[in-house]
Amino acid sequence: MMGLETQLCKMKLRNPTVLASGIRGNNAHLLIRAAKEGAGAVTSKSCSLAPREGHNNPTMINTPEAMLNAIGLSNPGVEEEIGEIRAAVMGAKVPVIASIVAFSIEDFGKVAERISEAAPHMIEVDAACPNTHREGRMFSACAQDAAAVAKAVEEATNIPFSMKLSPDVPNIGEIAQACVDAGADAITAINTMGGMYVDAYARRAVLHNWFGGVSGPALKPVALKAVYNIRKAVGPKIPIIGTGGISTGMDAIEMIMAGANAVGIGSAVVLRKNVFKGVCSEMSAFMKEKGYKRLYELKLEE
Amino acid sequence: MILMLPQVATVAKAEKENSTVTTLTLNISLPRAIPGQFVMAWLPGFDEKPLSLAGASPVKISVGERGPFSSRLCGLKKGGKLWVRGPYGRGFELEGKKILLVGGGYGFAPLRFLADQARKKKITATAICGARSKSLLMAPASCKTLFTTDDGSAGIKGNVLAAMEGLFAREKFDTVYTCGPERMMGSVARLAKKKKADCQLLLERYMKCGIGVCGHCACGDRLVCFDGPRFGYEMLSNPEFERVWRDKAGHKVPI
Repeated sequence: MMGLETQLCKMKLRNPTVLASGIRGNNAHLLIRAAKEGAGAVTSKSCSLAPREGHNNPTMINTPEAMLNAIGLSNPGVEEEIGEIRAAVMGAKVPVIASIVAFSIEDFGKVAERISEAAPHMIEVDAACPNTHREGRMFSACAQDAAAVAKAVEEATNIPFSMKLSPDVPNIGEIAQACVDAGADAITAINTMGGMYVDAYARRAVLHNWFGGVSGPALKPVALKAVYNIRKAVGPKIPIIGTGGISTGMDAIEMIMAGANAVGIGSAVVLRKNVFKGVCSEMSAFMKEKGYKRLYELKLEE
Repeated sequence: MILMLPQVATVAKAEKENSTVTTLTLNISLPRAIPGQFVMAWLPGFDEKPLSLAGASPVKISVGERGPFSSRLCGLKKGGKLWVRGPYGRGFELEGKKILLVGGGYGFAPLRFLADQARKKKITATAICGARSKSLLMAPASCKTLFTTDDGSAGIKGNVLAAMEGLFAREKFDTVYTCGPERMMGSVARLAKKKKADCQLLLERYMKCGIGVCGHCACGDRLVCFDGPRFGYEMLSNPEFERVWRDKAGHKVPI
């Protein structure tokens, strides 16, 4: 679509919509499907060094205001994922971003090195998972740990990588800058925000894991602020994939105005049919109406 | 898309249907649910799994004992509690004037629900209910029901395909509906195609979210929870149909 092209590091995207990680799995068939459905780039579900079964169900709950999930990072492990990413790179006519996760700094380097064999266009690093060496605290909870992860990945691969950060911090801009200083090529913001649903009849949390990550419409204001803060911190040159609560073209326009170069779409793939195409045509309509020719013209007036 | 939290339900009736299957009738109704759709049934603190609806007003589910979760569900007595959310997925579409229902094992449960709906719409249904042996047969549907067993301990000796061939030799059916083991459904669909009937089948996969997000229940590029579980002839050209499912970690497992 005219005027919607964007760039993330060396990747040229036909439009700024990116299938977010964790949506529709580790499987090449589904990544190719999202590309056919109009996504400008696709991100795989995070893979770890060893296979993971994840949590028991319920792993996901969907209400009008929010989606809450604790799948537990289930994935078949990097060994099997290499084949899936390879197949996706071959079959999807758009850039493929391979998401990785680990539970120690060292393992982040190992997974990054292995997944690079599949030659994805970019690697996304889920730094919002718990660090088993720090009583389960998220790597992205502090600048120092997040930077250590970025450094490990930087040393393990030549493929550009984006650090995906959690919004559950008071200083996301500072953390993003520390990642960039340690070698990160881009930032994906945000991961889900911690949350919980309770069933009063069962007198329990609804998710088997009790806590999970909030996504969907409720996350949008949180994501907009995070992206805005990160843009201020890292300056104009570092690409940002703004993710969280985007389901319409106007959501995407707002996210780009707040500082994103591309927009991740996750929960909305089930909220709306043909979400990628829908978001793009609504963006075009707004840009035409307001006389914008290119995405970079979408800026806040301060 | 249905957005909801689980709702609590009480078991109004628990009937042991055969040596492995228990049919639970709940005290809630899902009046808009149709045969082929499923609910996510939750036992708090334990697990939650998809179960095809065997009835909607009131909600009925037929549970085959396979593992720890289904055993616990089968052990529920009258007054026992479970939580359900749904209905989810695309159910069967009733098409034609004369239809054939072909079920294997407890896959027959949603077809009985379909037979009830067909009767209301004055569509003539005939059913074939197959199992390995008599102790695994399900109760008949509300329409004419033929039984088959592999070992001949009840009904016609042989599989459902032989019975299906026999019926097609005498009469014509507009649509064949099938639910049961995947390879059986594949064979039923191929035979239906040969007989120039339409076909709808109900697929099963390991499910996590149940709403089309996690991608775990993929069959090729189709999601069983979201695009299905009812599919048609397109499944015969799906690269993973009758071949692969994904386990809890997402490993591909041969069928």
